[in-house]
Amino acid sequence: MAEFLDMGGDAATVWPAYGVTIAVLTGLLVASLRTYARRRRDLERLERTGRDNR
Amino acid sequence: MPLRLHSLASPARFDRFARRILPWTWVLAALLIPCGLLWGLAFSPADYQQGDTVRVMYVHVPSAWMAMACYALVALLSASFLVWKHHLAGLAALAAAPVGACFTATALVTGSLWGLPTWGTWWVWDARLTSVLVLFFLYLGYIALAGSFDDRSRGLRAASILAVVGVVNLPVIKFSVDWWNTLHQPASVLRLDGPAIHASMLWPLAITAAGFAAFFAALLVVRIRSELLAWRIEALMRRRSAGAA
Repeated sequence: MAEFLDMGGDAATVWPAYGVTIAVLTGLLVASLRTYARRRRDLERLERTGRDNR
Repeated sequence: MPLRLHSLASPARFDRFARRILPWTWVLAALLIPCGLLWGLAFSPADYQQGDTVRVMYVHVPSAWMAMACYALVALLSASFLVWKHHLAGLAALAAAPVGACFTATALVTGSLWGLPTWGTWWVWDARLTSVLVLFFLYLGYIALAGSFDDRSRGLRAASILAVVGVVNLPVIKFSVDWWNTLHQPASVLRLDGPAIHASMLWPLAITAAGFAAFFAALLVVRIRSELLAWRIEALMRRRSAGAA
């Protein structure tokens, strides 16, 4: 396991590269899903208040 | 094919299409990405010259491919928005651009990490690196321009023109390694005479790339739906304020 983590002495190259990639993709995923959920809620609220006012 | 793509221009039809493909793209991405990355990290061989740093390839190359493929898509959708006034095409480009920008940033950062031990420098102004940096700025310019008008459709039109003009950068990126002397190596997978890397490295690379493509497709569908919602919210608010006045 220690050998695997050491990456033949290139741990400082390999792990940050994978870390950055996974972090960016995860960040994109979370941000996109949260924006979608927020807009859904906003639209529902707007439609509800629209009906109440009529 | 063009006919079928045109039929997706209707939001209702797009929604039906999205509902059908979304579960598959999530499942594919969730299976392929871990499989490809694990294969690249643990089961593919180290390079005889580069040692284990070669494993950066399995994140760097698929990111760079997606960065370019996404730009081609943004340009195509923008052209379709400008020519046929397909509103959904413009929104789809807007939904795709930040994803493309992220893939470009990932390609640049992982490339720098890989360059340091391999070339002895994390950055050099060679044609490949510079043209990919230009790609990143094109994405940023597109996103900034799209958001810089009070009238969203005017912003989208201006940004779409930039996206279409910027497509000239794609062949420059692809052929930069052949046209100029670059520190970056020439293509070893997408070559006319077939891939020049061994199957033990090609497989994890192809699987990760397919996973990234599936992830991109799933994310794009979510983001397009999100843009459609934003558009409806804005239209509703405009109608309300017009009604109140």
